[in-house]
Amino acid sequence: MSSTTSNTEAARETTTEKDLWLQAYRQMVRIRLFEEQVNELYTRALMPGLAHLYSGEEAVAVGICETLRLDDYITSTHRGHGHCLAKGASPDRMFAELLGKEAGYCRGKGGSMHIADPATGNLGANAIVGGSVGIATGAAFAAKRLGNGRVAVCFFGEGALGQGSLYEVMNLAQLWKLPVIYVCENNLYNEYTHYTETTAGTILGRAGAFGLEAALVDGQDVRAVYEVATRLVTRARAGNGPAFLQADTYRYSGHHVGDINREYYRSKQEEQHWKSERDPIKLHAGWLIGQGHAEPPSLEKITAEARAEMEAAVKFAVSAPYPSVDQVDQDIYA
Amino acid sequence: MPERELTFAQAVREALAEEMRRDTSVCIFGEDVAEAGTPFKVLSGLVEEFGSERVIDTPISEAGFTGIGVGAAMAGLRPVVDIMFGDFLTLTMDQMVNQAAKVHYMSGGRWKVPMVVRTTLGATRRSAAQHSQSLHAWFSHVPGLKVVLPSTPYDAKGLLKTAIRDENPVVFFEDKMMYKLKGPVPADDYTIPFGVADVKREGEDITLVATSSMVQVALGAAILLEKEGISAEVVDPRTTWPLDEKTIIESVKKTSRVIVLDEGYGRYGVASELAAVIAEGAFYDLDAPVRRMGAMHVPIPFSPPLEDVTVPTEESVVEAARQLCGKRQ
Repeated sequence: MSSTTSNTEAARETTTEKDLWLQAYRQMVRIRLFEEQVNELYTRALMPGLAHLYSGEEAVAVGICETLRLDDYITSTHRGHGHCLAKGASPDRMFAELLGKEAGYCRGKGGSMHIADPATGNLGANAIVGGSVGIATGAAFAAKRLGNGRVAVCFFGEGALGQGSLYEVMNLAQLWKLPVIYVCENNLYNEYTHYTETTAGTILGRAGAFGLEAALVDGQDVRAVYEVATRLVTRARAGNGPAFLQADTYRYSGHHVGDINREYYRSKQEEQHWKSERDPIKLHAGWLIGQGHAEPPSLEKITAEARAEMEAAVKFAVSAPYPSVDQVDQDIYA
Repeated sequence: MPERELTFAQAVREALAEEMRRDTSVCIFGEDVAEAGTPFKVLSGLVEEFGSERVIDTPISEAGFTGIGVGAAMAGLRPVVDIMFGDFLTLTMDQMVNQAAKVHYMSGGRWKVPMVVRTTLGATRRSAAQHSQSLHAWFSHVPGLKVVLPSTPYDAKGLLKTAIRDENPVVFFEDKMMYKLKGPVPADDYTIPFGVADVKREGEDITLVATSSMVQVALGAAILLEKEGISAEVVDPRTTWPLDEKTIIESVKKTSRVIVLDEGYGRYGVASELAAVIAEGAFYDLDAPVRRMGAMHVPIPFSPPLEDVTVPTEESVVEAARQLCGKRQ
């Protein structure tokens, strides 16, 4: 009897784990294909403004958001499409926002750098580097005061390490034991400048100075990200205070889509190395197959489904109407 | 029964206490707001009643805790953020201008920021250039913010309660020289709507549109002018945004002469904006050019005789009014 129970539990656990890792794969693929469509829309001049692609960094957003509740908070950055999708945003309304359409998450008023969605706890992507560190910390403050058990995850790139307000709020978060996780996505480049030219000391040392629980993770390994994020989120949710996670990763494209000639700040060999050896989707696919969780055709099916989803979403957005001009002075005040 | 009188500081404190009793989501944070009750003692007693969970001392990190105010407001609280001196607002500018003011619009109306920033303005406290500025024009310039300038204890209580109940970021400027000013304040719960100017004194010959600290200056000048046979009307907009253009323009149409008084810098400031509103709305009713009076365009000096000439006084207002009314002494 007991052995049957234990076998059933083991089977359930395996199924759950398999589902989790397949879901992580699906989410990373969705983000990658979303960004491919963004690149296409932008280069075809269908998308106004700026496009900062998240390709290459998918494991960070997915590994963290898979461990969050729907009502947990995130704040995101100018490179935010991946965070928004990983937290549950729907691609059709995202594309609509990127094209400035009424059906977009922000009714076309925010665009690529400002996608926000209360339904998925997304407090908003932010186009000021480090601009959302206070917002995430404040949401954590409210969660603690209201006792609703939510945590806040503050995504930012290593460029935000140059902003003083980050250190102000980390100090406050630690003093007040707030349920906030600061996630530093170190993609190596502050726009067009290698981070070692802008960052004295160490990244984790900065969090350590305030006594934050600090961890380093390979941001190309979705399972490692998930594991450490689960520990830090559980800890924060239990009232044990904030944490800082450095996720080392890589930005496949330029700072934005128009940043084509990059050799003055990084080599093609370096880019190629990350894409061929350190790609989070390829690495995870290899692991899934090795573990027997998937076969190549089942992964191809996931990709095909995601591609169809993104194509349909783009189609929806392209044909969606713009807001009427009389919307221009609406929503200034609540 | 004689009307109850409170100081301006007591009126502010009473508004906060009443709102905190009414709504548990209201909380205060800032530097030395708890046991110290701020250097001006405006908040004395609040931590004793509401506890350190709701009246919270912060480190000296204006950008950090203002940003926390924005996030806390988005996530269900109604923070009242205390910025001790208006000069320190410069440290909060990204959070106020790029975050608080824009969250509602950028999200297509899906998020809101019901936050109040309480701060001070005003010179003549011998505090020199970094503790004496009146920077409310900067915030009036930014769509998405509301800016409140109470000039009496009565207005302070009613406007602060409105600010706390508002669904938007509100910057509430208190003249630090006015904290001891006494005036009638009802003990009951009342609010004053934003965007409704108050005619503080009626008159026929000239309108003095005055904000915050300058309302008392204008009222004093009006008494002096009356002795010279000039009847001055004093209009207090009370909020620079939203702005009650109608009441201001109607008053100017009636009197045909106007001085705009504001303790911020006159150039590119609130006084300039009010002057432009009047010029657009009442040009053909004016018998004299619109006159602006604001802080002199200098950093506020420390030395008392120097500082005293940087802000409009009753005497300088009287002189300007005489000129506009064609009277010479």
